[in-house]
Amino acid sequence: MSTLRLDKVSKLFRAADADGGTLPALRQVSFGINPGEVVTLIGESGSGKTTLGKIVLRLITASSGQVLFDGKDIAAFGRAELHEYYRYVQGVFQDPYSSYNPVYKADRVFELLREEYFPKIAQGAWEARIDAALEAVALNPGEVLDRYPHQLSGGQQQRLLIARALLLDVKLLIADEIISMLDASTRVDVLNLLVGLKQAGLAVLFITHDLSLGHYISDRTVILRHGAIAEMGPTVQVFGNPQHPYTRMLLESVPQLHRRWSPRSAGLEAPAAAGEQAAAGSRPPARPRHRPPARQPRRGRPNPMLEPPPLTECEPGHLVAAAELEAASPR
Amino acid sequence: MSVRVENLSIAYRTLAGDCCAVDGVTFTVADGEIMGLAGESGCGKTTLGTSLIALDGRMKQLSGRVLLDGEELPISNGKAMRPHRMRDISLVPQYAMSALNPTRKISKIIADLLGCHDVRYSSVAEEMRRRIALVGLSDEVLSRYPFELSGGMRQRVTLVLSTLLNPSLLIADEITSALDVSTQRAVGELLMEFRDRTYVRSVITITHDLSILAQVADTIMIMYAGRLAEKADTASIISAPRHPYTRALLASLPEVGVRHEQTRLTGIPGRPPSLADPPAGCRFAARCPLAASQCREQPPFAEVAPGHFVACWNAAGRDIPAVPAVPAAACAPESRTAPAVQEVTS
Repeated sequence: MSTLRLDKVSKLFRAADADGGTLPALRQVSFGINPGEVVTLIGESGSGKTTLGKIVLRLITASSGQVLFDGKDIAAFGRAELHEYYRYVQGVFQDPYSSYNPVYKADRVFELLREEYFPKIAQGAWEARIDAALEAVALNPGEVLDRYPHQLSGGQQQRLLIARALLLDVKLLIADEIISMLDASTRVDVLNLLVGLKQAGLAVLFITHDLSLGHYISDRTVILRHGAIAEMGPTVQVFGNPQHPYTRMLLESVPQLHRRWSPRSAGLEAPAAAGEQAAAGSRPPARPRHRPPARQPRRGRPNPMLEPPPLTECEPGHLVAAAELEAASPR
Repeated sequence: MSVRVENLSIAYRTLAGDCCAVDGVTFTVADGEIMGLAGESGCGKTTLGTSLIALDGRMKQLSGRVLLDGEELPISNGKAMRPHRMRDISLVPQYAMSALNPTRKISKIIADLLGCHDVRYSSVAEEMRRRIALVGLSDEVLSRYPFELSGGMRQRVTLVLSTLLNPSLLIADEITSALDVSTQRAVGELLMEFRDRTYVRSVITITHDLSILAQVADTIMIMYAGRLAEKADTASIISAPRHPYTRALLASLPEVGVRHEQTRLTGIPGRPPSLADPPAGCRFAARCPLAASQCREQPPFAEVAPGHFVACWNAAGRDIPAVPAVPAAACAPESRTAPAVQEVTS
């Protein structure tokens, strides 16, 4: 059984302008994460990937749809159940510096956890658990305990936060851009750490905009665009045989060491438009023109533009959305 | 020869004494060259870039000089540098996204900046509109406020703005870092386009992302802990790096096509040394798999192949005659007279 199951999760944000329009940040997103599996959620800025992570962590609630953890709907959780939920589901975020209170020592995050979840544990047993968790993230306790956050490197801070999650009986880790603030030399260590944890049975939702990181680590990949799934499936298939023009455009744009960007005929047009038109030209669109998910003037009515493009299975387990032939959004 | 930096050292004044962020750096950027400058955070790459255009109050020049077309730039004299800025040397700052005044419209920001350099807005307006069209924006952006533009649009506006007076050297600091991959590509290609159209003659582009440099740069220079580690053309750096640090950096870089089951990448253990109290000799020695007793001496930044400079005893071959060792606390300008840098220039 999946650790986590998302079923048609949508999120509408109220737009800031006066007409009371709404902005669909997520449109009926459905997928699951199994134990011992890393699922990468890839999307550009504004695609709704962080919103999705926040919904799973119940920092915000979905407008419609369900998030099921071990078969239970997390939206229905009361205070006590939510407390238990966080014992199993934890998040680590992009900026480790801002996850700590600079006034206190960094290991205070462990102490707070103890007060909240393990009030009865003996001091010695607790310290043994901390040491085990630090060992799991390849940190030397002598180097990181009893230090202030500014005395630790970004990689150490980030690993300390992962160790904090491991102190709980965590089954699902939401890793939202945890690599992007780190230096190249420490990035890979954190990635390899996630691989090790995955092999020990942890489910990870790895949220990133970096395709190469996603490819390195994940078992399955979900590509999100304008809040809807553009393509998803086993990572090897999505990267090896991309079907959606958007996926191809992203893959072509990734800077690589041993391959130069292929020359683009479209000159210096807006990047999304150029890549997309070039890619879409070779494939007949499966569906006629579909307006971009714009703001809706009235609230409370069923929203036709919330309807995401339908997914079709092109290979076993590899789903692709009908290409939305949209005008490129201004960037 | 467009830009020549000789033995440049820049220090930050701190309460605990000078902290030498750029230590005896010598290199040349040719006409039409896009040079990538890469390294870990805190290696001094941004300090080096900004020192070429404006030393801020915390920075001071300890030694060295900067030549632009044979003419020395008065980099430690802010007033004397003023006529050179924007005309000869221009900068796209790190966080260009927030470099634009949020209370002014784009056209007003540009007019203000031009006014500071005694250029009339109307005299460049036509060319500016042409360039704004070139970067894929419409004239309309001129009447917008910065917050109305997306990150990629702001980055392009800043690029047009910085190169409006056709500077000889453009310093582009992390211009692609906060952008999505498709926008990254567009901005990277614009940089090459601007060079090809000679809007800028040479470019130093600073980033921590080697894979971007592999796309846009002609040469790549790697810095480590305030010193130069390696400089060569892009192909040599990517496929035949000589410095162990460059090799380790490249080995830690995940690429599309690399999966953890097949290729296990490794990071670089340890951390860069503190620049307030740098170790003697090669600064990478503590993290270097090849470190030997010789590495207690500072290796010269020597040319091991045409255009390929490396500061490593191993790469240079151990038979290279030893250079007079530079004392560890090389930050004091008087102790710098010993040539820590030995370079053969053509």
